[in-house]
Amino acid sequence: MAEQSGANGRTGTSLVKSGLAQMLKGGVIMDVVNADQARIAEEAGACAVMALERIPADIRAHGGVARMSDPDLIMGIKDAVSIPVMAKCRIGHFVEAQILQSLEIDYIDESEVLTPADDAHHVDKHGFTVPFVCGATDLGEALRRINEGAAMIRTKGEAGTGNVVEAVRHMRAIHGGIARLRAARPDELYAAAKDLRAPFELVVAVAESGELPVVNFSAGGIATPADAALMMQLGADGVFVGSGIFKSEAPAARARAIVEAVTHFSDPDVLARVSAGLKDAMPGIEIGSLAEGELLQTRGW
Amino acid sequence: MTHPLRIGVLAIQGAVSEHERALRAVGADPVRVRDERGLDLLDGLVVPGGETTTLRRVAGDSGLIDALRARRRDGLPILGTCAGMIALADEIADGDTPLIGGLDISVRRNGYGRQVASCEAQIACDGLGTGPVEAVFIRAPVVERVGEGVTIHARYGDTPVAVSDGPLMAVAFHPELTADLRFHQWLADQAREYAARSDVHTKEGLGVGA
Repeated sequence: MAEQSGANGRTGTSLVKSGLAQMLKGGVIMDVVNADQARIAEEAGACAVMALERIPADIRAHGGVARMSDPDLIMGIKDAVSIPVMAKCRIGHFVEAQILQSLEIDYIDESEVLTPADDAHHVDKHGFTVPFVCGATDLGEALRRINEGAAMIRTKGEAGTGNVVEAVRHMRAIHGGIARLRAARPDELYAAAKDLRAPFELVVAVAESGELPVVNFSAGGIATPADAALMMQLGADGVFVGSGIFKSEAPAARARAIVEAVTHFSDPDVLARVSAGLKDAMPGIEIGSLAEGELLQTRGW
Repeated sequence: MTHPLRIGVLAIQGAVSEHERALRAVGADPVRVRDERGLDLLDGLVVPGGETTTLRRVAGDSGLIDALRARRRDGLPILGTCAGMIALADEIADGDTPLIGGLDISVRRNGYGRQVASCEAQIACDGLGTGPVEAVFIRAPVVERVGEGVTIHARYGDTPVAVSDGPLMAVAFHPELTADLRFHQWLADQAREYAARSDVHTKEGLGVGA
């Protein structure tokens, strides 16, 4: 089981799992594909790295089935840095998740960026000691993942596009959903839970607190310091940057600039300073040019 | 005491809002500190949990660490949790240079191992509040050496996990994730004394107080 006690106290409790996400707040989690990139990310001030074989932009280009990365690659990245290391498993692929837990990864991302392994069920995340982060496009999806044991949420955006528009849409959808619950009468929450396809208890908790019960980062399309600060001003607790850093012309400088932009997200003078002289951002893709089958955000149920 | 206690929370990265909630619960007025200007008029400071490397990069480059060190030498009460403990340590194992410093302890980052080793435990606590404290350890630092003037308030196994020296308190776990307010109450008490004896309250005479 997830929770265990012994000489070393109780591990894998929900407080311990969601607590690590709380420690990551105000930070930038960067996708890296090797130890050198991981060191660049750490040196730039990333609060964690996501270890994977291909960044989302290359997964798009490569096509085919995208799976969990080779454990050798993940271990190489883990050995290279002192900050937390995350890794992705496919949606519903609980054996990939078991392997990542055996590798003592710090967080598992059950990610739509990889090809889903189950078209109906996500991983039962309560059964793990390692915490999970899951993607969501709206409040109902976020609450379904939390109900399954996700200790952290990230809005999905559209990974590998360098286009922030979907990240914005999903963050607004979650905060809009929370605002509607806040405004609802208690007797309206039953129907709200049904509409959201989310557990009633979680709907009531959000209506009362006015916030998600776990940390919510933004992901999928952040390419510039201004994009990162935009997501923070829209209410993100922090940001994931995937392709945006290592697909840009000057990754180290851009990584540092995005870290500073997330700390000083409401200070336009700092944002102007850190945005200057970063050379080219990643090229980017117009969302409308993607066929429906190419969208990653629609994966997950 | 005529002005509300102004206690800063270093807001470079990490669990800021959790400390703000705890500080409000002990009657203090929390303010987020992101640069040197934010250090003016503070009666106390929290250095929260987060990643030390992020703190070192962002606050080190801007000169904020130097300014924090100066305020610490001036006697500003500081509570550091987890990464904040590392920030207050005079020595960091494996060669990292100290950050704010001031506490004669040596710490090792992530000394308990990875996230799978993070845990909750009830531990005894001396000289602060009553009863055991529910300690939440998350990729916690390990205190490997404690200097002579340092008071140990709590141990986990044989390892000190809450230590203080004068106006500085460092805790390896996360009281801000629980309802236990004893560490924030300690900081508020220290801040009140500091405000009373330092000239910070003359700011009220200048009309620029809290």
